[in-house]
Amino acid sequence: MPREFKLPDLGEGIHEGEVIEILVSVGDKVIDGMPVLVVETDKATTEIPSPVTGVVQEIRVKPGEVVKVGDVLMVFLEEGESEAPRKAEAKAEGRRVEAAGFPSPADAPPSVPAPAGAALGEAAGPVPAAPSTRRLARELGVDLHQIAPTGPGGRVTSEDVRTFAASLKHVVEPPPPGAPGLAEALLSPAVSTPMAFRAPSLPDFSRWGLVTREPLRSVRRTTARHMALAWSQIPHVTHQDEVDITELEALRRRHKEEIQAQHGVLSLTVFAMKAAVAALKAHPRFNASLDGDREEIILKHYYHIGVAVDTERGLIVPVVRDVDRKSITELALELNDLVVRGRAGKIEREEMIGGTFTITNIGVLGGTAFTPIVNYPEAAILGMARARLRPVVKEDGENYEILPRLILPLILGFDHRVVDGADAARFLGMIMDTLGNPEELLMMV
Amino acid sequence: MVMGEFTQETDVLVIGGGPGGYAAAFRAADLGLDVTLVDTGGRLGGVCLFRGCIPSKTLLHVSELLYDARHAGEMGVEFGDPKVDLDRLRQWKNQVINKLANGLMDLSKKRSVQVLKGQAVFESSERARLQNSETGHIKFRHAIIATGSTAISLPATEFKQGGRIMSSAAALSLPDIPGRLLVVGGGYVGVELGSVYASLGSRVTLVEATERLMAGADQDLVQPLLARLTGLFEAIHPRTRVKELKELDNRVEALLEGELDEPHQTFDRVLIAVGRSPNAKDIGLQNTKVRVDDRGFVIVDEQRRTTDPKIFAVGDVVGGVMLAHKAMHEGKVAAEVIAGRPSAFDFQAIPAVVYTDPQIAWCGLTEEDARRQGRAIRVSRFPWAASGRALSMGVAKGMTKMIIDAQTERVLGVGIVGRGAGEMIAEGVLAVEMGAVAEDLALSIHPHPTLSESEEEAAEAFLGSSTHILPQRNPEKTSKPR
Repeated sequence: MPREFKLPDLGEGIHEGEVIEILVSVGDKVIDGMPVLVVETDKATTEIPSPVTGVVQEIRVKPGEVVKVGDVLMVFLEEGESEAPRKAEAKAEGRRVEAAGFPSPADAPPSVPAPAGAALGEAAGPVPAAPSTRRLARELGVDLHQIAPTGPGGRVTSEDVRTFAASLKHVVEPPPPGAPGLAEALLSPAVSTPMAFRAPSLPDFSRWGLVTREPLRSVRRTTARHMALAWSQIPHVTHQDEVDITELEALRRRHKEEIQAQHGVLSLTVFAMKAAVAALKAHPRFNASLDGDREEIILKHYYHIGVAVDTERGLIVPVVRDVDRKSITELALELNDLVVRGRAGKIEREEMIGGTFTITNIGVLGGTAFTPIVNYPEAAILGMARARLRPVVKEDGENYEILPRLILPLILGFDHRVVDGADAARFLGMIMDTLGNPEELLMMV
Repeated sequence: MVMGEFTQETDVLVIGGGPGGYAAAFRAADLGLDVTLVDTGGRLGGVCLFRGCIPSKTLLHVSELLYDARHAGEMGVEFGDPKVDLDRLRQWKNQVINKLANGLMDLSKKRSVQVLKGQAVFESSERARLQNSETGHIKFRHAIIATGSTAISLPATEFKQGGRIMSSAAALSLPDIPGRLLVVGGGYVGVELGSVYASLGSRVTLVEATERLMAGADQDLVQPLLARLTGLFEAIHPRTRVKELKELDNRVEALLEGELDEPHQTFDRVLIAVGRSPNAKDIGLQNTKVRVDDRGFVIVDEQRRTTDPKIFAVGDVVGGVMLAHKAMHEGKVAAEVIAGRPSAFDFQAIPAVVYTDPQIAWCGLTEEDARRQGRAIRVSRFPWAASGRALSMGVAKGMTKMIIDAQTERVLGVGIVGRGAGEMIAEGVLAVEMGAVAEDLALSIHPHPTLSESEEEAAEAFLGSSTHILPQRNPEKTSKPR
């Protein structure tokens, strides 16, 4: 019997992904374990292997399509079998709608084409709903088949569509494809990931000029959801200061090439990681998460630092583990490896979760200051703007001297539920001490 | 640079000025896009306006008028035998067409839709060459193919300009009133144009290769029309094929094969109405990623996007029912999708109308389709003999039927035969699209006395609440799924 191949559970709470590439064609022979398609689940792309040895009989998805766990991707004819009518499978289960109205993959309408003559009744036909309701469903991106109808004769009303769409936003939903360092917290069903609270519906922008719509997909969608979550959950405060890194820069330049020879990049970020860990050790609440339900602060006794990386596909945050136990050189090599693979889309999801603190350095692109958003559920984030040569007044008793110094603006964004402004000033002060006096780095390794 | 090398740029290139094309162009322009429409005639309206719906319906209206005039005697009014002035009739028809054509050009100007004359041929997924045009090339962001279809002929027979073997387009130009006309094909074009010529005085013979006329419609709807045509036409031959047509100077000699006594017959003219094929061959699709199916129709998705993401296609060229109103809606969908809206061709009831007298109109599921699918349905019929309005108009031989889901009581389809059926089917379309249940129609007050009441009464008959027909002891025969 032909075997339907459904998108397997990819773990980590991922329940959907975008088909990037299909590696086989109908009629191709496949062997168990051979990759048959590439799915972008998150910030990583994953090759999905064939579960059987046999022949591809049918491909049900197209590149660009978003597939959910349990969706049929292709149909294989297992080795040693001949084509036979799939009668048994075609017995449509009909449209089941859970009382709560939440979709689950099992509730999707049967995608097996109905054999002629089978009594399919409602399951086969289109969902009864007014044309305006069907348009509304398209606009809100919901599938009419998944909605419990309240109208006569099983008619789905506009209210049904709105209620259903709202339930997707508010009520417990399986977590979306992971987010930068989204971590375990999201796997807990108690955490919802609202994109927005009941915002008023948007006006018809086309009244004022041409608009086009593009779907929120992949990394963009993950970022949008994650930022909305962080912004709505965390009372953010930012604390800013400046540090003189003239000496650090001199040190960096002296060692840049030897690191480069080992295919690493000795960036300011690497020093900042090390400096941050020193500060995190001294101020453990910056290396923590708030458990609001249990009214506890979860202190982490490991130092995994996420680094924001700008890629063609959007923002990703690879995580360097155990920064406290690695040398500057090791960090320079490891971070560069993550960045390169991240930009090539060849980074594993595992490498982007579990961070305890995040650094975002936009100095390359400029900026005197910005307000980074804490990478939920962490407690703080360090932002680095562009280091510039500035005239600095040095005071020696009675004498004043103006010197050109390289000044780096630093911004600390933090969760005010966990720490206070004074803590932030002390924490950032410690980072500045380290970056301003690079010998201190020596004492850490 | 030779002449014709001039290249223009546009947001949306629409190829074809028929209903699908101009509906798409107007909608796209209304959504703020820059639109260029290329049409071989440099005008808007397409087959529908110039060689299809509008001229045929103008002539069919005249047929109806002739019939009424001839039968007014029964109501005590004598007009005498109507005389047909063919030149005046042709003029009237052309006036109607011109008025509408001018209106469309006016609308396109007011919307700043540029209409170019020429034949567009794709050179790539973003560029088309214009033949027979002052503009050489058009570079576009998106294109909409709306090139329509062409009437097909019989094997070994071709339509010659001014010839006696005619397509529907030639027949609608009304060259003369032939003494004997052979109509090949019992679909809606055949019965409509056969009716026109018969009303004007031709002796019409209709041959149809299959068992029955109007195969897509439920046969109980076709029956009253068949009864009328049997009187109007000289002969109707189902299961009959044309073996040979020999076009001579003053006549056409036909060899027919099937259920008839005399296979060799002579006609003054022949109308061939056996179907249409898509105009997708000479437009350079091989230079794009657009693919066609094995019958030559352009393959599109729900958004009317072809296999080439920049190119859309609408109307007859994508197949399905080849009707103007379907094309217009497709055109709007394509334009809206290009403008970034989440539109889709998501319709459950595309109405079909045969504009004969009596008219036949239906939408949604037909009874025969429902039975073939094994759906549990109930069918409710309201005969017009029970309608005061139908009797007062002398059109009591009509019928309104409703195909209703046996479980949910939703209206799945509506069929009407009788005067004005085409106007009244719109209520059925609304009912099906809205997912209305029979009770919704029964509880909506329809004006009395009108023909439209028949739709309320049909719904009431289903519920057993009809005023003018007795409730049935046993509900209509119910077919249960096997």
